[in-house]
Amino acid sequence: MPDSTASDRNVPYAIRAYAPDQLIDALRKMYLIRRFEEGAEDSYTRGLIHGTMHLSIGQEASAVGACMSLTDDDKITSTHRGHGHCVAKGADLGKMFAEFFGKETGYCRGRGGSMHIADVEKGNLGANGIVAGGIPIAVGAALSAKRLGTGAVTVCFFGDGANNEGAFHEALNMASVWKLPVVFVCENNRYGMSTSTERSTAVKSIADRAAAYSMPGERVDGNDFSAVTEAVDAAVARARNGDGPSLIENVTYRWRGHSKSDRNRYRTKEEIAQWQERDPIARMAAMLTEHGIIDDASVAAIEKNVEQAVEAAITFAKDSPAPRVEDATRDVYTPRAAA
Amino acid sequence: MNAQAGIEVREISYTQAIREAMDIALSEDERVILMGEDIGVYGGAFQVTGDLVDKYGTDRVMDTPISELGGAGVAVGAALTGLRPIFEFQFSDFATLAMEQIVNQAAKVRYMLGGAVSVPVVMRFPAGSGTGAAAQHSQSLEAWLGHVPGLKVVQPATPEDAKGLLLAALDDPDPVMIFEHKLLYKMKGQVPSGRYTTPIGKAMVRREGSHVTIVATAIMVHKALEAAKALEDDGIKAEVIDLRTIRPLDRDTVLESVRKTGRLLCVYEAVKTLGIGAEVSAMVAESDAFDFLDAPIVRLGGAESPIPYNPELEKAVVPQVPDIIEAARGLAKGRT
Repeated sequence: MPDSTASDRNVPYAIRAYAPDQLIDALRKMYLIRRFEEGAEDSYTRGLIHGTMHLSIGQEASAVGACMSLTDDDKITSTHRGHGHCVAKGADLGKMFAEFFGKETGYCRGRGGSMHIADVEKGNLGANGIVAGGIPIAVGAALSAKRLGTGAVTVCFFGDGANNEGAFHEALNMASVWKLPVVFVCENNRYGMSTSTERSTAVKSIADRAAAYSMPGERVDGNDFSAVTEAVDAAVARARNGDGPSLIENVTYRWRGHSKSDRNRYRTKEEIAQWQERDPIARMAAMLTEHGIIDDASVAAIEKNVEQAVEAAITFAKDSPAPRVEDATRDVYTPRAAA
Repeated sequence: MNAQAGIEVREISYTQAIREAMDIALSEDERVILMGEDIGVYGGAFQVTGDLVDKYGTDRVMDTPISELGGAGVAVGAALTGLRPIFEFQFSDFATLAMEQIVNQAAKVRYMLGGAVSVPVVMRFPAGSGTGAAAQHSQSLEAWLGHVPGLKVVQPATPEDAKGLLLAALDDPDPVMIFEHKLLYKMKGQVPSGRYTTPIGKAMVRREGSHVTIVATAIMVHKALEAAKALEDDGIKAEVIDLRTIRPLDRDTVLESVRKTGRLLCVYEAVKTLGIGAEVSAMVAESDAFDFLDAPIVRLGGAESPIPYNPELEKAVVPQVPDIIEAARGLAKGRT
């Protein structure tokens, strides 16, 4: 641990709570998400990926920070903007790229694509193409954990758009009534596609909605890794302790458009530039440097290592076999052993 | 057959048969839970869960808030992570509130994830008209769900099958939707005690005949059997097939019967257009059994209308026994 004490309030929570190697790994994961998505975007532009994709560039602190205190037994549910959550929970980049490329070696054997990547072994129950679709499912996973006594916590990611869906209300209410071990993490990137939270949401802070479900709600700077971990870790501990759910609102911003069809007509270049100045990765690197955990040379080394990892993952995906067309309807149902 | 010691066959109601299946499942498997609106101390809107909450407690017989979408989603998430939930919709009509979780999630998660997971959830839907509950509490929506790959959809017509299909649904790794016609709940029938399963995807010939095949579902099976009895007086031998499962369809049983009788009458309560009768008719028309047809196929289904409140109107919009007799007579003309 760095030369500070737990009571030193000038030292950010993350520095106090985590060992240097854990923090360096977190920074590496944030770079991985950024480069992964840049690589995906580039592959898309070159016509290697079809369909669409939703990039989370600019939101990396939220994904990685929220998963810091989770184990592989803990679950997450994710969203259409879910690449970051997937990497944060420990996914393999090669299998992710292979899924993008529609290959048999992908996480979903090429059946799901960007919007359905899951990594069940690592506890990622999957991205979801339906806004708020994963919220009740997360509550179900928490119900299983409580009923089966596994001690696992579920972190449920969703965006600001989802907080206006009926499923949000129903699921948060049930989680609270049944006191389930789930943490609702709202990544408020300020726009549901093109519609701003100001125009779509009656409350100023989505965290305020927690009061309607008698659970703690906290709004944090979602681009501040330490602030995210401080809020989510406390909520995870609370859930694990049997004290029920919490709602955390990570205020963040997506640098890219909603999807590949976005012409960015609902926001200004100035606004995007302002948020880019609050780059969560640069802030994380600065924090770790300031507290003597890394230096510029090791940051450069991480960046280089990440570039290579992404390159290797793309190569793996390109070289992987495509699914067989005759298997297009496989896996609709679970095979049963012959009687 | 393995005769299990202590098995007896008794006459119990459809409701009791379902409850018995749930009781067996709850006692055998800790992972099984029941979820639904007012299924605890109230016993369920149709008293299907009855007093199970006294035996298994509120942690396993869970009253949900009136939250069909969220509740169904919780059941899906629980099924994905190790539990075996049986989710009761108070009325099948309320499935409309939960279609997102049923159609986009339960049915597709396994496929979307390339086979990495299964969703072993069972959902029960009290369905159908005849109770004076009018248009929003009387629908037969089974074909909606039957249209969705990834789901299995069954419609037990007897107490024996209600129990056997529920236990089969719990053994099944994939989502199984059970449509229970509300007018069947009080019907009594012979039901073996203990555990047994009725195979999903297998129809049953309820009455053998050689002149006309009547393919029916749920309560229409009983109406068809009553009609078949009356037709006997005219010398018409009707074969009555209880479809039992509408996804996956039992092709062999239907085609074999049509090859034998050369006449097909489909009877179902759901709205006629785009319903199960259309599917069965097309299945026959696309097969070699088509060559055996001696008359055009006839469908009897619900009127192109919501279910009305007035009891006479309510009866008028779904097929009744005289309708079946008349249709079968028309089909069998010249055959006997």
